[in-house]
Amino acid sequence: MTPGLLLLTDSRLPAGSHAHSGGMEQAVKEGLVHDLASLESFLAGRLRTAGAVAAGFASQACAGHDPVELDAELDARTASPAQREAARTQGRLLLRVARRIWPSPALEELAGRLPSPHHPIALGVTAAVVGATPREAGAAAAYHAVTGPATAAVRLLGLDPVAVHRVLATLDLPSPDGLPAASAPLLDLLAERHRRSPVRLFVS
Amino acid sequence: MGAVHDDVHHAPDGRGRALRLGIGGPVGSGKTALTAALCRALGGSLRLGVVTNDIYTTEDADFLRRAGVLDPERILAVETGCCPHTAIRDDIAANVDAVETLEERFGPLDLVIVESGGDNLTATFSRGLVDRQIFVLDVSGGDKVPRKGGPGVTSADLLVVNKTDLAPMVGADLGVMDRDAAAVRQGKPVLFTSVRTEGAAEVAAWVTEQVHEWSHEHEHGHDHGHGHDHGHPVHA
Ligand SMILES: Nc1nc2c(ncn2[C@@H]2O[C@H](COP(=O)(O)OP(=O)(O)O)[C@@H](O)[C@H]2O)c(=O)[nH]1
Ligand SMILES: [Mg+2]
Repeated sequence: MTPGLLLLTDSRLPAGSHAHSGGMEQAVKEGLVHDLASLESFLAGRLRTAGAVAAGFASQACAGHDPVELDAELDARTASPAQREAARTQGRLLLRVARRIWPSPALEELAGRLPSPHHPIALGVTAAVVGATPREAGAAAAYHAVTGPATAAVRLLGLDPVAVHRVLATLDLPSPDGLPAASAPLLDLLAERHRRSPVRLFVS
Repeated sequence: MGAVHDDVHHAPDGRGRALRLGIGGPVGSGKTALTAALCRALGGSLRLGVVTNDIYTTEDADFLRRAGVLDPERILAVETGCCPHTAIRDDIAANVDAVETLEERFGPLDLVIVESGGDNLTATFSRGLVDRQIFVLDVSGGDKVPRKGGPGVTSADLLVVNKTDLAPMVGADLGVMDRDAAAVRQGKPVLFTSVRTEGAAEVAAWVTEQVHEWSHEHEHGHDHGHGHDHGHPVHA
């Protein structure tokens, strides 16, 4: 494993993800997530849907497939405009820090063609730059799909952070497989309602 | 500058971009009131942008927009995910993005103010986000606060002690605050204000000085006599 991948998956990477809850803030507000058990099922569902899609796209981007084409495909798989915006914001911020940490022609080219790529695309291209494999890139994307929401739940519900990490440790990361189109209508709805909420702590 | 071109939008030495000023301090000390007063005082002479970091809503941004002190589009709000200090210190990505968005949309600008969400005495801005920072306390937090120190009080480029109009009511001794602040700040300036009743003329004068210094350093900096075609002078 390359050290760059460790940095890329560290939640302390200063790329703005700490302010995104991936639907968790709205799920907590609506009472869907309120304890460890409901957190676990939310995360497992997120991983099988959004996580699997992100893993597939990050892995293909890492393997060198055309990022613009992948980005359009991913856009088509993201029904909620709020989710698209959140994914593009996180992709733009990741790309910006990646260009400064790992300056490289591939990242410059990506920024030139797609200033605000979906996060898994930015992650996959960056993973290739740091020498990670497509499989590792996919795992990083799946991991990202659940760690942010899990941390948000710790902050919002005051859950025991160690217990939450135990939940994360027991989740099965999907292996990246093609370009899946698993959708999660509830996540779409949560994202849209969150976007319209006048009172919120997280961007998404 | 080495082979690594660190920032494609703005050269690493700050050339060609506005001075970025952070305004931090505890909840309710008067950061938004000061931001509004600065916009009012400086809007005529400087090209401004403002980024707010509300904790829970877009309250501050809305207040500033309603106050009519600045074109509403020049005010952007950043959400901080329960962690106002993270967004100004440890992971500044969203704030840098907002500042650069303002510069791209309305630039060139002379000054971008970043108001932090209200936080504790240890919250300071990263030097990667701002070039200068003001820490705002108010007298009603008690006259012991400067003595307690903390990075905000000790290291800010300017310490503002606001709400002096309330000092008699809360029994705060401004002399004590002044003396204690001076003791921990090693000569860095402290200003006493009552933003609500008197505005913030002295703070505005300090900020103007910083903007001039910044533009002088970064337009004419290390290579006197060489051309600088992409710079933009400050009209103040
Ligand atoms: N008495 C008094 N109130 C002030 C002064 N400056 C601000 N305030 C009030 O203090 C409250 C908090 O101010 P605000 O600027 O929102 O604080 P922030 O949380 O630091 O941004 C508001 O009700 C202001 O009107 C002042 O100089 N004197
Ligand atoms: Mg405020």
